[in-house]
Amino acid sequence: MEQESSLSDSLMVKNLACWRNDQVLFSGLDVSLKSGCVLFLQGENGSGKTSLLRILCGFRMPDEGEIIWNDVPVLSGSEYFQNISYIGHKNGLKDELTVEENLNLMRSMATVTDIKAEHVLKKIGLLKQADILSRLLSAGQKRKLALARLMMTKNSFWILDEPFTSLDKASIVFFEQLIKQHITEGGILILTSHHDIDLAGLNVKHLSLTN
Amino acid sequence: MFNIWTQLLKRDLLIAFRRRSEIIHPLIFFIMVVSLFPLAIGDDKVLLQKIAPAIIWVTALLATMLSLDNLFRSDFEDGSLEQMTLLQAPLSFLVTAKITAHWIITGLPLILITPVLAMLLYLPTDIVSTLVLTLLVGTPTLSLIGAVAIALTVALRQGGVILSLLVLPLYIPVLIFATLALQNVEQGFSAEAQLAMMFAILLLAITLSPFAIAAALKVSLN
Repeated sequence: MEQESSLSDSLMVKNLACWRNDQVLFSGLDVSLKSGCVLFLQGENGSGKTSLLRILCGFRMPDEGEIIWNDVPVLSGSEYFQNISYIGHKNGLKDELTVEENLNLMRSMATVTDIKAEHVLKKIGLLKQADILSRLLSAGQKRKLALARLMMTKNSFWILDEPFTSLDKASIVFFEQLIKQHITEGGILILTSHHDIDLAGLNVKHLSLTN
Repeated sequence: MFNIWTQLLKRDLLIAFRRRSEIIHPLIFFIMVVSLFPLAIGDDKVLLQKIAPAIIWVTALLATMLSLDNLFRSDFEDGSLEQMTLLQAPLSFLVTAKITAHWIITGLPLILITPVLAMLLYLPTDIVSTLVLTLLVGTPTLSLIGAVAIALTVALRQGGVILSLLVLPLYIPVLIFATLALQNVEQGFSAEAQLAMMFAILLLAITLSPFAIAAALKVSLN
């Protein structure tokens, strides 16, 4: 059922504003996205990219404006939040657990649970490290493990904040493919990145936030 | 939904097992402080017997407070909390898994060690059983109430003092009923009324605090 509905999702952001420390980060922001759309957020450091993404995830309240998902305004506790896959600056991994335990945990809480842990680890190149505590991984390896969430989800709305920080080239290509597949299957994506991301052939909108 | 709950509980227990200091610190604090009293007061059996329930209960309050800091801190810092808010189950439901784990890690060991410590304070066995009973009903309440306060202060760097200001006044009713129950037993009366009252407080805490905790965590994430 979720798969069907994911084919025709829409996100509208109306007149959104965000203030921080008595300064306006952005205001009067209007965005409209449909299934199969990518929004590429650009802007300098501190221009409010992360704040915008956190508002969309419900971690922050918008200071003005509203978010409308599938023509219904989003309130706290809306089902909208269950459609989100968010990868932020923090990886959300447990240092005290091994790579495989972290992965199993993510999987048990994800929307796709029939995928094998071994398969995911092989894909992201961490099969050899399966029994290592994730605290001992390199920054890039941790990032890959966090991004592995995207392989285990049916959620249609992906929000990625600098997803490719400290990833190597091969991994970037792999996750670009994953993103492309998600979009062609009718997903929605909002991302920020200072890396060049190959999104050729996709319906990409650019939004630039300026101070 | 229940699967996510049990996974969270298992996760927290496993992490606590790997970071054993989390279990051991509050427990050692509890044992040390309680055993300081016989040393300070001397071999005054009657006095020790009289104040023993108060000593154990006050120390249990402080030990619980000491253990609270770990409850949401690591989830907040490593981003697990953000992920938890986006799961298919409501946050108010999921936090109960974390609190259950917290109680198993910190509350349960206190209760188990109490009979031994009671011997140190010359407590008669019939009072010890009531003491354990009050702790059994009381410590989950302490974990639940403490979780609300720690959820509010988790984003603060120096939350320690504010935490004790927030938590200790709320612990007072539990403390009063627990010590009253033990006084009653000491004087040969039944402690049923106080225990029932403590149980009522526990039920109230179970039903209301998860919503307060979830709301407080969302404020902290902002």
